[in-house]
Amino acid sequence: MTDQELIWRIAGGSGDGIDSNSRYFAKALMRSGLDVFTHRHYPSRIRGGHTYVEVRATPDGAASRGDGYNFLLALGDSFARNPSEDAYYGNEELKPLTENLDDLREGGIIVYDSGLIDDEQVEEINLEERAEENGWHVYPVDLRGIAKEHGREIMRNNAGIGVTAALLDMDTSEYEGIMEEMWEEDILEANLAVIQDGYEQAQEFDQTHDLSIPDHDGPDEEQALVSGSDAIAYGALDAGCRFISGYPMTPWTDVFTIMSQNLPKFGGISEQVEDEIAAASLALGASHAGVKAMSGSSGGGFALMSEPLGLAEMSETPVVLVEAMRAGPSTGMPTKPEQADLEHVLYTSQGDSSRVVLAPGDQQECYEQIRTAFELAYDYQIPAILVYDQKLQGELRNVDASFFDREPDADPGSVITEEEIAEAAEHHAGKFKRFQYDADDGKEGVSPRSVPGQKGGRFLATGNEHNEAGHISEDPTNRVLQMDRRLGKLASIREELDEKGNQTHHGPEEAEYGIMCWGSHQGTVFEAVDRLNDAGHSVKAIGVSDLMPYPKEEVSAFLESVEECLVVEMNATAQFRGLTQKELGRFGPKLSSLLKYNGNPFEPAEIVEGFESSIEGEELAVSNMKYVPAAGD
Amino acid sequence: MSAFSAIGEQREAEEDEFTPGIEPQPTWCPGCGDFAVNNALKKAMARLGKNPDEVLLCTGIGCSGKLNSYFESYGFHTIHGRSLPVARAAKLANPGVEVVAAGGDGDGYGIGGNHFMHTARENHDMTYIVFNNEIFGLTKGQTSPTSPKGHKSKTQPSGSAKDPVRPLSLSLASGASYVARTAAVNPNQAADIIAEAVEHDGFAHVDFLTQCPTWNKDARQYVPYTDVQDSDDYDFDVTDRQEAGEMMYEVESKLYEGEVLTGRFYRDEDRRSYGEEKRATGEMPEEPLAERYYDEDAEWERCAEQLIDKHT
Repeated sequence: MTDQELIWRIAGGSGDGIDSNSRYFAKALMRSGLDVFTHRHYPSRIRGGHTYVEVRATPDGAASRGDGYNFLLALGDSFARNPSEDAYYGNEELKPLTENLDDLREGGIIVYDSGLIDDEQVEEINLEERAEENGWHVYPVDLRGIAKEHGREIMRNNAGIGVTAALLDMDTSEYEGIMEEMWEEDILEANLAVIQDGYEQAQEFDQTHDLSIPDHDGPDEEQALVSGSDAIAYGALDAGCRFISGYPMTPWTDVFTIMSQNLPKFGGISEQVEDEIAAASLALGASHAGVKAMSGSSGGGFALMSEPLGLAEMSETPVVLVEAMRAGPSTGMPTKPEQADLEHVLYTSQGDSSRVVLAPGDQQECYEQIRTAFELAYDYQIPAILVYDQKLQGELRNVDASFFDREPDADPGSVITEEEIAEAAEHHAGKFKRFQYDADDGKEGVSPRSVPGQKGGRFLATGNEHNEAGHISEDPTNRVLQMDRRLGKLASIREELDEKGNQTHHGPEEAEYGIMCWGSHQGTVFEAVDRLNDAGHSVKAIGVSDLMPYPKEEVSAFLESVEECLVVEMNATAQFRGLTQKELGRFGPKLSSLLKYNGNPFEPAEIVEGFESSIEGEELAVSNMKYVPAAGD
Repeated sequence: MSAFSAIGEQREAEEDEFTPGIEPQPTWCPGCGDFAVNNALKKAMARLGKNPDEVLLCTGIGCSGKLNSYFESYGFHTIHGRSLPVARAAKLANPGVEVVAAGGDGDGYGIGGNHFMHTARENHDMTYIVFNNEIFGLTKGQTSPTSPKGHKSKTQPSGSAKDPVRPLSLSLASGASYVARTAAVNPNQAADIIAEAVEHDGFAHVDFLTQCPTWNKDARQYVPYTDVQDSDDYDFDVTDRQEAGEMMYEVESKLYEGEVLTGRFYRDEDRRSYGEEKRATGEMPEEPLAERYYDEDAEWERCAEQLIDKHT
């Protein structure tokens, strides 16, 4: 597979057009019939600084970022330069070249912008020597010059596309088609000229490399290039969500923005509000009034939501919250992924928790599971949290477009009609028995729900313990009945989740060893499992999506069937392994951990290496990961 | 037929419709000013012919939050300081519902101060009643944001070093389009003002002076009150921001010294409510959003139809 893939990395400063350019490039490859997967790396900075995006293209499925890369397009960081003078702020314009060399594979291609990075600087970093050692093929091109000649310097990313296409024997028509859809005539023409110029110049080069666009057939069906955030937003819209409230925070902002831009088209409402406490409270207010609502944030903002989250549990107000994790604690690393908010989403807020927590493993699961979150929240009158991370947020992947073509769910859940309220005749002290102990609609613990404006449905929603009509009550018998009813919902929810089959299995069923993961690394782990089996190991994997209620039976069966299991997660304290041991109460000696928390996601090769070290009982050779052996070893 | 037939029903309402069938044992102390708020709210709602099923009362935490137990309507007893964000979203989701939020001075001007400022700024169409007794009552007598400077309490034994919050000026400066102050000792004025506030199309803030006979015996809530509109000494145009602001400043400077003035301080009938503004920019549907879920003819578009082109 590795021979048949291109991993193209475009590097520059934030604001150099890396993001949009790589998106078009990925889409062009997708349209030409390749499977694509992108990976984004960026600093917490608006302009300048080192940023890159990788586009991986293979003919036969790409589920992760891959290992390293084989084509570098180093634009030079224009924001490192003082544009008014020829003076430089240090040597940052060189970073797109220097910062990326460690991951470039042997025999890889380097294209750098000689209009921004001059020969003297290149000499200082011994590029020639390193290129020789690694078999790299280096092509300096004055991308800045090409762009300036046809208009503006900012277009040098497109000069780079032209050069890329010439070096890879790639047809530029798909890319140009995308540009035509995006740009107005005058800007378009200049950009097309830049692409063409770059293409022609590169054709003149003495080409020494043997990398080209992978062979591929045309696509079976129309593909859509989507990120985890796109899939979450579209899943929410198809789930009938028509109200969102939020406060901007990276990486949650992505979902919030996509929803805000689209909700009015669907007749919905988006509210950007003063803080995250307000954001979650607004979602509760809209939901109380009868509209399917969501809110969300990232670690620090979600911390503020713990108060309304608890209110949603106690008042049984349905709501869906999205938690887009980034590295913590506190503000942590705003633009770097981590899976360290697991315990935060499971246990935040006071009292005994009854909530649903789901963690999708890829783009399709993002779409499916946000729909499941809405369904469960509104059927069971319980908050549902969808937790994902900065990695899945920004990664683009092609998915069959027909996957998203599904019937919207307009069912408001367990809300009853005025006619049903009139028939219920179980009014208590003039109020509707909203929190009836023994209501039976086939779902354990779920009582009938009315919304303001309905005749005869008056009730009080409160965060205090309350009786069946919602009046505050500290009666011990009522307390136990209400607590048991609320907590009892989780058992029914577990059954529904089992029917949906949210957990994803990969690899031969009879395998000797297991790998467990949750959330965004699923694809990377599955790719590593394939490689391990190809190399003669016997390994299977499970990607667990349901975190609360936990899929005890399914995970127990998985762990019983293997000798040992490596738990792969992106945090320093093995939170998911801890949850598994807590929920199952056994298997401690079978579970070891492979952890990474340096801000960069796992590559498949790292998981392969971590697995091999773990079964050999050897120390990890790489320093950016941590191995935690099984308890009792 | 609408799924919300209680909304806008033409009727003659009785005050006791807003009293729960079996009234729970009140947890308010004998002589508490909160009873007066409850009575005034019931009177106002009856006068306006409201149906308890079309009213949503959102409260915060504290003695004021208990209002939900003694006032019959749909209710959401939320969390400390958060009644406003819950209330305003409910109003956006179903503009037909009459939304009233209530809280105490700690709840509204302290912990919920940020929400107060922003709800006023956005001019949501709702009524906000703040039970202002200048003390934390439910936690047994600590200094509140409206306690006068020098006020001694268990948590400020040497006397508070802080100037009190000026709720009327704060409200006006933040953008409220109706600002009034009333008091438990003026029940008729209180009912009139709350009725006006409910009728007002925009954010109506009513600072309601209530006495706390248990924890704040020395407070000025017991002295006689003057209605600014009834007195020839105070001549200002209630629709003029600047005059209203000057008047409020004067009144709030004197609250702890001389005469206590109540009445209407500001009214702007021209400013559009937030919902109208949002509709004007196309950010909010014309029909109440909540209705869509019950409307069998409503068209629910798939995301694929509108969005997938962007990605293919």
